[in-house]
Amino acid sequence: MELSEQNVKKQRPVHLDLQTIRFPAAAIASILHRITGVIMLFAVGILLWLLNASLQSAESFNHLQSLLDSFVMKFILWGILTALGYHLLGGLRHLVMDTGRWEELASGKASAKAVFVLAIVFSVLAGVWVW
Amino acid sequence: MVTNAASFGRSGVHDFIMLRASAVILASYAVFLVVFAAVSSPLTYDVWHGLFTALPMKVFTLLALIALLIHAWIGVWQVLTDYVKNVSLRGVLQFVFVVTAFAYLAAGILIVWGV
Repeated sequence: MELSEQNVKKQRPVHLDLQTIRFPAAAIASILHRITGVIMLFAVGILLWLLNASLQSAESFNHLQSLLDSFVMKFILWGILTALGYHLLGGLRHLVMDTGRWEELASGKASAKAVFVLAIVFSVLAGVWVW
Repeated sequence: MVTNAASFGRSGVHDFIMLRASAVILASYAVFLVVFAAVSSPLTYDVWHGLFTALPMKVFTLLALIALLIHAWIGVWQVLTDYVKNVSLRGVLQFVFVVTAFAYLAAGILIVWGV
């Protein structure tokens, strides 16, 4: 029997307790980056519609501003800004990682958490701005 | 050799570089627009319209939409190849998203053209 087969057939502990399994911070950072990216692909459609209406005439610009008084429009705008902020910060983290930094377990975890904090701060600021 | 017809670049290295190059343009455009809107708050039609009459702003907008096409193409490809295992469905979804990004570019050209 080969050594590799022995290793595979060895009885190994199985850990599938869903109550205690947690995504590490870097994994959450990764999936959020993907989700916010897909959200913004749809958001650009809304933003282009807003851009078109805002540039057509002074009347349509003013009409748009009155539309932005509604809670739904404010919420959508805030959501887009929040997704943008997270995706931008996560992207900057990736660019730093491209240079070979923040690639270790501790630094990767710390930078992911830093991105979460900064994204929340930006999201709150965006909320204050929109409302 | 082309190993995957659905990806944007001809190689992983090409995708890697294009994703980051487009990201830099998109980040610059997003930061510029948010800062501009925040600084000139409350934003008036004259200021907003004036910004987009300038040729550099039109070029910047179209650059951003071209960067978006590239960035979304590669990003969507990465997400779809990870989660959608059915080849036909993945092909259809990739088609829909890439055509959407092309439509955004076409819309953007028409929007800034007449300003």
